[in-house]
Amino acid sequence: MRRNDALIGWLFIAPQVLGFAAFVLWPLISVFWNSFYRTNLLSGISTFAGVGNYQQLVTDPVSPTVARVTFFFCIGLVVLNLGLAMLLAVLLNQRLRGAAVFRTVFFSPVVVSLVAWTIVWNFLLQDNGGINSLLHVVGVDGPNWLRGDTTALVSVIVVQVIKNVGLNMVLFLAALRGVPRPLLEAAEIDGAGPWRRFRSIVFPMISPTTLLAAIVTVSGSLQVFAQIQILTGGGPADSTNVLVYYFYQQAFQNHDFGYGSALAVVLFLIILALTLAQWRLRRRWVFHES
Amino acid sequence: MIPVDGYTTALTTQVASSNPPDLAWVLERDAPDFVSSGALADLTPTFKATNGYDLGELTPTAKKLWQKDGDLYAYPFSTSPFGLFYNKDLLARAGVTEDPSQLLAAGQWTWQHAEQMAAQVAARVSGKSGLVLRDWEYKTWTVLGTLWGGFGANGWSADGKTCEFASPQMVAAMTFLHNAIFTDKALPGPGTTADFFAGDSGLTVTQISRASLLKSKPFAWGVVPLPAGPAGDAQVFGQAGIGVLAKGKHAQQAADFLAFFSDKANSAKLAQYFPPARTSLINAADLAKVNPLFTPGQLQQVVVDGIRTGTVLAPHTNSAKLQTLVQSALDPLWKADANVSSVLAGVCRAIDPVLGQ
Repeated sequence: MRRNDALIGWLFIAPQVLGFAAFVLWPLISVFWNSFYRTNLLSGISTFAGVGNYQQLVTDPVSPTVARVTFFFCIGLVVLNLGLAMLLAVLLNQRLRGAAVFRTVFFSPVVVSLVAWTIVWNFLLQDNGGINSLLHVVGVDGPNWLRGDTTALVSVIVVQVIKNVGLNMVLFLAALRGVPRPLLEAAEIDGAGPWRRFRSIVFPMISPTTLLAAIVTVSGSLQVFAQIQILTGGGPADSTNVLVYYFYQQAFQNHDFGYGSALAVVLFLIILALTLAQWRLRRRWVFHES
Repeated sequence: MIPVDGYTTALTTQVASSNPPDLAWVLERDAPDFVSSGALADLTPTFKATNGYDLGELTPTAKKLWQKDGDLYAYPFSTSPFGLFYNKDLLARAGVTEDPSQLLAAGQWTWQHAEQMAAQVAARVSGKSGLVLRDWEYKTWTVLGTLWGGFGANGWSADGKTCEFASPQMVAAMTFLHNAIFTDKALPGPGTTADFFAGDSGLTVTQISRASLLKSKPFAWGVVPLPAGPAGDAQVFGQAGIGVLAKGKHAQQAADFLAFFSDKANSAKLAQYFPPARTSLINAADLAKVNPLFTPGQLQQVVVDGIRTGTVLAPHTNSAKLQTLVQSALDPLWKADANVSSVLAGVCRAIDPVLGQ
């Protein structure tokens, strides 16, 4: 009977385990393996390169730019996304008329197809596109958003934030609803103002949610690909060429699978390190964890 | 269907995973890569063994890119010269008195004139653009070869080892282009889209095979060869080859089919879609029979002379890497205040390591 149970258990999880092994584990191992080889895809000849592909990372003149762009992209996206999500959640948590409508409005981009969303923004952000036409009406000569070094990066960040801010907003909203009212009332009686109540009671109480949202947003920001591909193609002059796009470029446009794999391994290690760091640091700032 | 952007990537991935198609279309910029890597099978024995094939009549300029040690590794299926199409209605509305074909007849068909004409359209016809270098979109820079050829410029030396982006000829060509975009507004700026075939622009540079987009006669149009530059006349053509993948499951059958598909009789039929590589078919009279869109004069000037005198667009064994490196290094040029020579020097710094490989 026991063995039967075990067998049935295995059968239940088998589809998931097989899928994971075939589409996650095996490619992951292959990427590690490939990162130590130089492969000419067309001739099919692979030669062992040792750490050559990783050394290339140091000598590649483009890698400092990619590192800088990835850093600013990640910071900009995380700060803007979490800040805006928290602000919206706090505002929508007030007992205001029409809050449900606004909640729906801010959440709706989350369920829109990513590619469709980005293609529409691509039209809006063109030099003669919708945004500049609107600005023109009010007498402002808008920049060529996707062609300027700084405006391109900012545009990609903003498009991505508007797309996903609703998800974090809902998480924060749920967390805010979980803050016990007696605590807030007691603080109010003790003379704490709204900001003080937020800083000393609400923020610590919702910190587990903030941690979760931060981990998801940070790792998500390092994996943003379709937006870059559609809006800027990494340009102009690599000013939006983040690590995940650069590794795609190396592997699939330049057919340099060895170097592309090495970049993918580095990206994997960065995401792993950041997630572990956030997890370890949680004891310092996450309150109320059982 | 695979979009052209990702086509070579898809094909390369199939080859790498040992699951290649039997036959594949190869673009000119990838030709050196495919031919030198051994991915394609040698077609010479099959073609020679096919009765009445007459391999000798393929023009040397058409074959050049697809050969290694004198053997042919892909059939030069389409050899399509670039030409300059113009919208007669828009030129008339802009008050252009001498159109490109008249200038050509007078021996004055130059980039200078084309640029002035384009600037005139952009300035005088509201909502329309002047000249569009089709498919360039400030990314696919290889298309710029249609312009810089007339200035005597090249991206790199003939052996592919030395960067020539910083040469005085290239600086002259790019300065001309930069002025045309940012000073004279003869070309739509970065991020502005305009489609000649939808009637959005007065002139466009594109391959002759795109004329099929004019079948519905949306407006009165003409076509002329590429204008001459300071270095004289330089025609350019794009090419596509069809090759047999050496690792394909039915390589010999595929080669036999290709021999049938590209023999004299079938090449004549296909000439209505793709300009042929066979000497006996490259004449205005035969082409006119299958290309009713063009006049024999246009076919002679653009197709026949274009294939005879032209060169192919920027091939290199490292074309994939060069494509992204040059695109990124040229980006700073597409701003009004760019310093042309220093940007071009930057292009050489970016690609020198790859050219040296």
